[in-house]
Amino acid sequence: MENFWAGVLWATEIWLYLIVCLIMIPAMFGFSLGISETYMNILVKTLEWATLNIQKAHAEEESSKASASNGLIQREHGSMEKELGELRRSRPKPPVGGDFTLSDCFYFSRRGIESIVDDEVTQRFTSEELMSWNLLTRTHNDFQYISLKLTLVYGFGIFVRYCILAPLRITLVCIGLTWLVIGTSAVGFLPNCRVKFWLSEWVHVMCYRICARGLSATIRYHNKENRPKKGGICVANHTSPIDIVILCNDGCYAMVGQVHGGLMGIVQRAMVRSCPHVWFERSEMKDRHLVTKRLTDHVNDKTKLPILIFPEGTCINNTSVMMFKKGSFEIGSTIYPVAIKYDPKFGDAFWNSSKYSMVSYLLRMMTSWALVCNVWYLPAMHQEEGEDAVHFANRVKSVIAHQGGLVDLQWDGGLKRAKVKDTFKEQQQKKYSSMVVGDDSSSNSD
Amino acid sequence: MGSRASTLLREEEIEEIKKETGFSHSQITRLYSRFTSLDKGENGTLSREDFQRIPELAINPLGDRIINAFFPEGEDQVNFKGFMRTLAHFRPIEDNEKNKNPPATEPLNSRTNKLLFAFRLYDLDRDDKISRDELLQVLRMMVGVNISDDQLGSIADRTIQEADTNGDSCISFQEFIKVLEKVDVEQKMSIRFLH
Repeated sequence: MENFWAGVLWATEIWLYLIVCLIMIPAMFGFSLGISETYMNILVKTLEWATLNIQKAHAEEESSKASASNGLIQREHGSMEKELGELRRSRPKPPVGGDFTLSDCFYFSRRGIESIVDDEVTQRFTSEELMSWNLLTRTHNDFQYISLKLTLVYGFGIFVRYCILAPLRITLVCIGLTWLVIGTSAVGFLPNCRVKFWLSEWVHVMCYRICARGLSATIRYHNKENRPKKGGICVANHTSPIDIVILCNDGCYAMVGQVHGGLMGIVQRAMVRSCPHVWFERSEMKDRHLVTKRLTDHVNDKTKLPILIFPEGTCINNTSVMMFKKGSFEIGSTIYPVAIKYDPKFGDAFWNSSKYSMVSYLLRMMTSWALVCNVWYLPAMHQEEGEDAVHFANRVKSVIAHQGGLVDLQWDGGLKRAKVKDTFKEQQQKKYSSMVVGDDSSSNSD
Repeated sequence: MGSRASTLLREEEIEEIKKETGFSHSQITRLYSRFTSLDKGENGTLSREDFQRIPELAINPLGDRIINAFFPEGEDQVNFKGFMRTLAHFRPIEDNEKNKNPPATEPLNSRTNKLLFAFRLYDLDRDDKISRDELLQVLRMMVGVNISDDQLGSIADRTIQEADTNGDSCISFQEFIKVLEKVDVEQKMSIRFLH
């Protein structure tokens, strides 16, 4: 029995040494030994091979599979005026009593049914559907028996993911987070000077690099010359809390957010000691003026790190960008847009917060194949003269959407939890009314 | 859960729905996946709230009437079959269906059934007649607060006058068909479903 425990202890020691030598030290100084690259290469080859096999097996259904990704229906995008105009072509405009025909409801019915079959918003809050199975039992493509070979590979994949990668990744993330708490607390005791800023940045980046390895993140940064600079606000599209780890691998940001309890709270309190993050109490978040003022103060201090904000306010499944809340665009500082696009083939990065808790989400991520993503730094943007915050926010949003290959939506991400505001329906009614009575007669009527 | 879409739907059920609605096999499985993702209660049926959670439908002035079309009288849950039956009204009429001899039962996507769907949007009390009061209520849904009662009243009067042939001040389904005989119902009440 004693021998057994000695053996376990010994194995654990070796395990930790290996982690420290092969992963931690490279992560600290930001170089790579090529292990993860080799893993990625093998992975890409395996998935390509699997895709090929699946396609062969489904050769006869090929055509149906191809359209599966493009949605269920082809929507008409004609405006209300155009479509109703077509409906009314067959009858002359009546001389009195407004322009209404019984067939006007056709337009609304078709629009309504179209949105029931396939709408733009709700599907953004569930996992993206994949073209072909990626040997994970996640998202819409479940396990399917295709051939013995493929099933064996799938089984082997489970073993690798759960028995080798998962323990390794969990150890890494634990070390990373502990290190972050200890490191930032220690740095916090130093007096404010250049050394402190430098050390703080180093500790942050190092911890995030360790965490990123804990997710096997392969991140490609594009246009590094546009990296956010001090005294600005960095805005990015939001898929999951991991976005922060991804961005912070390449530089430090000041975070903005609510003070959490539990584990997150400990990390937050430690971080704020070494570096001026902007945390708000729950009660303070409601006070818009206070929030804006603290952000403005932060931005005006040119020695402070750029603020990182996700203006969508909620996680979207990385196929689209939703409405940007205007708050961060009212401050009037330089905006550095960043587009983040994950590769869904290797694992679904989207955090469906209404379905999974933070911890179970992280466990899912750590048992996926890998996290592959592209980050594009876009040229700095400024509010134009006479431009209001909403318009500016939309302009930044469309730039990000365009670069990341994401669909640019006007809808509010808050619809994930809240009902749509009545004013949107009123707008539709108003538009229709003006077609019924015409603009001239509506002014006569009162 | 969407991932169980193909496994929970039995092959016989698919065949049955295929026969009744004319949707293809892959359309049915994909619509089932959509159905399950709308089904937040995860009980195999949709409630009115499940529909109202679709923002684009919630802002549709006739959204409530359209949702109502999915629910048989007095029920507040619709299962997948019922869901598909209502959607089938919006399947385009294909060329081979046009030329074929009329089948024993009229397909759900025929011109008449498409018109019946529209008729029932106006027919609030389901008595197969659109009264002036019903028309006014539906008009009010469509225009909101933007048009005065007087003006809306005269629109309703004129519409009924134009359609009413037997002088009962209501629009029957026959009269409804007659008024809309020149409208391209087949196209305007169809959605392009992909294969």
